[in-house]
Amino acid sequence: MQLEQMYQEIILDHYRSPHRHGLREPYDAESFQVNPVCGDEITLRVRLTGQGRDATIEDVSYAGQGCSISQAAVSVLTDLVVGRPVEEALSTEAAFTEMMHGRGKVEPDEDVLEDGVAFAGVAKYPARVKCALLGWMAFKDAVSRVVDEVGAS
Amino acid sequence: MTVQPPGTAADAAPLDVAALRADFPILQRTVRDERPLVYLDSGATSQRPRQVLDAERDFLEHSNAAVHRGAHQLAEEATDAYEGAREKIAGFVGVDAGEVVFTKNATEGVNLVAYAMSNAATAGPEADRFRLGPGDEVVVTEMEHHANLVPWQQLCQRTGATLRWFGVTDEGRLDLSDLGEVVNDRTRLVAVSHQSNVLGTVNPTAEIVERAHRVGALVVLDACQSVPHQPVDFGALGVDFAVFSGHKMLGPSGIGVLYGRRELLETMPPFLTGGSMIELVHIDRSTFAEPPQRFEAGVPMTSQVVGLGAAVDYLSAVGMDRVAAHEHELVQTALEELPRIEGLRIIGPTENRDRGGAVSFVLGEPGTDGYVHPHDLGQVLDGQGVQARVGHHCAWPLHRRMGIPATVRASFYLYNEQHEVKALADAVREAQRFFGAA
Repeated sequence: MQLEQMYQEIILDHYRSPHRHGLREPYDAESFQVNPVCGDEITLRVRLTGQGRDATIEDVSYAGQGCSISQAAVSVLTDLVVGRPVEEALSTEAAFTEMMHGRGKVEPDEDVLEDGVAFAGVAKYPARVKCALLGWMAFKDAVSRVVDEVGAS
Repeated sequence: MTVQPPGTAADAAPLDVAALRADFPILQRTVRDERPLVYLDSGATSQRPRQVLDAERDFLEHSNAAVHRGAHQLAEEATDAYEGAREKIAGFVGVDAGEVVFTKNATEGVNLVAYAMSNAATAGPEADRFRLGPGDEVVVTEMEHHANLVPWQQLCQRTGATLRWFGVTDEGRLDLSDLGEVVNDRTRLVAVSHQSNVLGTVNPTAEIVERAHRVGALVVLDACQSVPHQPVDFGALGVDFAVFSGHKMLGPSGIGVLYGRRELLETMPPFLTGGSMIELVHIDRSTFAEPPQRFEAGVPMTSQVVGLGAAVDYLSAVGMDRVAAHEHELVQTALEELPRIEGLRIIGPTENRDRGGAVSFVLGEPGTDGYVHPHDLGQVLDGQGVQARVGHHCAWPLHRRMGIPATVRASFYLYNEQHEVKALADAVREAQRFFGAA
């Protein structure tokens, strides 16, 4: 196996110097996700401005423990969603998830996923897909809590 | 067989591992870019020799039928094969065939006892000793596999009993300093592993059994990691129940064993009910068969039982003393080689005494430069052909106790060679190099 295929330099860079790391106030919703296979966990907070699905992701902050793949994936996530409308962030989430479930056969759109395309190699290893998706699941969960609340009010 | 049968002068001689390995077709394959397979995950599941595969195939090609049903020739042969295997398996762990119940795995065996104890609530006075309620206590340990923990948590939840546990020392030994307090007059059951699947620790069963029996408590032994790797005699250990699984001892998956002392099986209520386990059935009520059939509802696993019988033959011919001695030497090498790697910390006893062939470790501490997460470490090992397990190994409370989220675990068996331990150490160094941790 070519380790470099999975651990691309972009991933290792994000792992060594994660973006927007740490938990911050204020926030609108928080999600805790755990990977029961390995015990990795993440707490992720989102801060939104604006209403409902027109809202914008103002901040994503997070803390947890995990492997390089899971830590790098959440770092990339923050780059891809902070400052973007909720709608766009959720469609990015869908594109990332689709790529990760594609067993390496889904051609990622670099315009949408930017640094996220580096995880295409990870998608070939089923045991590691959950690592890359842990933070994204937390993000989707946290956003849906805010959007649902706003939608219901 | 390519090995000397037991009882010969070769009995005490070391294993001829090269000859043994020829019996295991899978060990000849390569993984990830043609690298030789270094299989160090027998603690999760072992590989199977041709003799076991052949026994299963031979049974299916010649004698397959539903056992304990029908009077035709195939049914007779199938039943003989099934019950013959039960005799062998029982003998292998020093008990009578009537005390051996087949389950789909060890987890089901533990659940069988736990649910039988729940069912005692509505059974007659003969089941009194299985009945639990508020004020009663069930004791486990912090090093249990989830399979010997969650069923007891659930039993306590259903009955109102209280769950208690023994701690684990920093070295990874069971902390029995409060034995007299934890196991007391309120204790009804003590569930403990014989050998930890993470730490490798072999627990002092005699001390626990002696105390438990003095207060009238039952002892359930999780023997999944001991029966495959050392001579085990449940009768001599004096435990009341014990479980182990076929696939960890060269046998098929889908077959587990529950041992129960005869007098207990005779009074314990059933768990699963239905065909095969009955004595008389009326439209509104039934009575039940004698054990072990009382606990084997439905058409049982058959070729799997035959396969496990063949695995027991194989291990007996090799000799469990020799298997244990061989693994002891592999562990000795691992305990010498691995700590030479900077930042590597063994999670479990570092002294090769009362210790089996599971060696778990971490590389560096989280948040420091030398740290490599077990999942990343495992990925590099895999890239080198080394198949080891990463994660919490179904022992999450133990990892929490040791202050770590996960470990890498190498686990050895009779077919592993000394150079594979070296390959493990080399692969760990490769991970260190790759992640810039050294």
